[in-house]
Amino acid sequence: MSIIFYSVLVLVLTGVIAAVILFFVAKKFNVIEDPRIDVVCEILPGANCGGCGFAGCRALAEKIVNDNSLDNLFCPVGGKDIMQQVASYMNLEAEETQPKVAVVRCFGGKENTKQRVRYEGVRDCLYADMTFSSEGGCPNACLALGSCVKVCPFDAIRMDETTSLPKIDEDKCVACGICEKTCPRKVIEIRNKGIKNRKVFVGCVNKEKGALAKKNCEVSCIGCGKCQKACSFDAIVVENNLAYIDYNKCKLCRKCVNECPTGAIKEMNFPPKKENTQVEIKEIA
Amino acid sequence: MRTFRKGGVHPQENKLTNDCIIENFPLPNKAVVFVSQHLGSPSLPVVKKGDRVRTGQLLAKIDGFICANTHSPYTGTISKIDLAEDFTGYKKMAFYIDVEENDEWEEGIDNSEDLVEQIKLSSEEIIEKIKQMGIVGLGGAAFPTHVKYMIPEGKKAEYLIVNAVECEPYLTSDYRLMQEKIKECFIGIEILKKALKVDKALIGIEKNKPDAINSFTLMAKNYKGIEVVGLKTKYPQGAEKQLIYALTKREVPSGKLPIDVGCVVNNIGTVQAVYSAVQKNQPLISNVLTLTGKNVKQRKNLLVRVGTPINSIIEYCGGLPEDTGKIISGGPMMGKAITELSAPTVKTTSSILIMSKKESSRKEETPCLRCGKCIDACPMGLEPVHIAQLAENRLWEETEKNAAMDCIECGCCLFTCPAGRPLLDLLRISKNQVATLRRQRAQR
Repeated sequence: MSIIFYSVLVLVLTGVIAAVILFFVAKKFNVIEDPRIDVVCEILPGANCGGCGFAGCRALAEKIVNDNSLDNLFCPVGGKDIMQQVASYMNLEAEETQPKVAVVRCFGGKENTKQRVRYEGVRDCLYADMTFSSEGGCPNACLALGSCVKVCPFDAIRMDETTSLPKIDEDKCVACGICEKTCPRKVIEIRNKGIKNRKVFVGCVNKEKGALAKKNCEVSCIGCGKCQKACSFDAIVVENNLAYIDYNKCKLCRKCVNECPTGAIKEMNFPPKKENTQVEIKEIA
Repeated sequence: MRTFRKGGVHPQENKLTNDCIIENFPLPNKAVVFVSQHLGSPSLPVVKKGDRVRTGQLLAKIDGFICANTHSPYTGTISKIDLAEDFTGYKKMAFYIDVEENDEWEEGIDNSEDLVEQIKLSSEEIIEKIKQMGIVGLGGAAFPTHVKYMIPEGKKAEYLIVNAVECEPYLTSDYRLMQEKIKECFIGIEILKKALKVDKALIGIEKNKPDAINSFTLMAKNYKGIEVVGLKTKYPQGAEKQLIYALTKREVPSGKLPIDVGCVVNNIGTVQAVYSAVQKNQPLISNVLTLTGKNVKQRKNLLVRVGTPINSIIEYCGGLPEDTGKIISGGPMMGKAITELSAPTVKTTSSILIMSKKESSRKEETPCLRCGKCIDACPMGLEPVHIAQLAENRLWEETEKNAAMDCIECGCCLFTCPAGRPLLDLLRISKNQVATLRRQRAQR
């Protein structure tokens, strides 16, 4: 009996002493944290993807609260709505930003290139980029080994088996930019989502001269400059034998798509053209 | 028998061209010579499109500290200076030369077969000559040789080490050179000893070349301070750090250079090129190349001028065998697959190896067994399994902490792995990424 009594006593005493010590220590080393950080962190989506440029959601929340501003801070996952919520809580004004999405700027898949060599090394684009140009011979082409698929935290990228190129699920993609950073050839770009997801972009990153680029790939940009002339909004720049469409200036008029002789400029998510359907009907008839 | 401390593997030797005498390869009609053929900053072209160049004329000059000259291997006209594909498929600046049939040598070049024994130049003049003649390390890395001989202050060379190991399977170009140009090799060693101001030179030769060991030992008796050492046949005996340990029992610390332990290492091919450069004024415009493979009809050792298209060499030796799986530039362990056959050779193309489909195919990749064979095999004492795992998860800073940069890319881990894991590939990515990280840090 006495053993039980003593042990209970000792434990209670130890507990009380420890509690007293802890009480004073906690007072002494109390970390005063802005309670707003927790609230902002709650509002943020909690994906911890790093798309905003910080280590995780909490790091972004700390930055927002400590600087008390939203300049150049944007959560791509949450998008406009979340930023608006954060802004109203913090009594700040959210920057007007367009929703964005990743696009693959290479169409040189199986269908448009001839396979010249076969790659057998580790299935990692980084290593293939160090080792050789590409299976089709283009030194800037998508290597189609799926490093972007592996790193995507939102499961938004799949390898398309018919083209052997990565395909981005635009509903899932939040434009965190991890794939853009991972791709050793900078084939993936984060662009404006556009009205009704409509986009016009150059699907090529090859900077070689026209003839060389065309030799390896049928849908390469040859830097002819036709699209530049056709564009009424100065949105297209041809530099180093490569055209680039500035998504902030592009008005989605699609003149350049028709001008491009190789088909390197592509439109996405537009409704099918009426003219085309008529032509098809005629042909059939 | 002397060897390196730990690790190593025993691949099949397959030295099929041991008895093939070095043949001169005929001049091609058209050649492509890359502007830079070395490790380091790019050279600066000094000739223009349309110029007529003579054999041995300077094409591109040194532009930077780690850099080398490039000379014209042919007499002919430069039709254009443009991008050309190298054997990896990437494009580099190159001179396109329309070759004339008869060689017209640049003035001052002694192109006769006579042996010049007396060394007239002083130490500084020798190094200057090596620099002028565009000599690079012919062991594979193509590091400009003269840079090795500019010894930083406070350090002193004690040994000149000559790498005549040729531990890669299949390759015999160095062996043939040692057999046929033995006197030139020894004069070359004397020249380099004088340039370094050392009196001891060590030549390392693997025990699978007894002829070479015998003839070199006999020859060494005529020279003072040259010792020939037979080494155990084991891959990678010819790796720089492993060779230094085998010959001197000194270990090069991590991140340091051989000169920090008083050694300068040169390949036997480089030594012969130094002889030609210093004694006969010949720039580095040709090298010995082994064309080999189990199914190749005519295996040969060839003296090939730089810039010869690879497919013309293969044609010369009877064309591609039917079940060709892979064509490799260099040895089977460290060489790189050739993806573009019309690409030209460079200064360091020591071999073209044609492997059959069965021989070249990789093992099917299965999960790691955790057997630790790669750790046993690694001659640098690394843990390839661990680094590869980190690399798969893209933890580059962790791979740096695990000394990924000490990897010599010998491929022992991949060779020995029973699960067929792509360890070497992952180690190479880690090295590349860590190097990028370090560059970023230096900029900050």
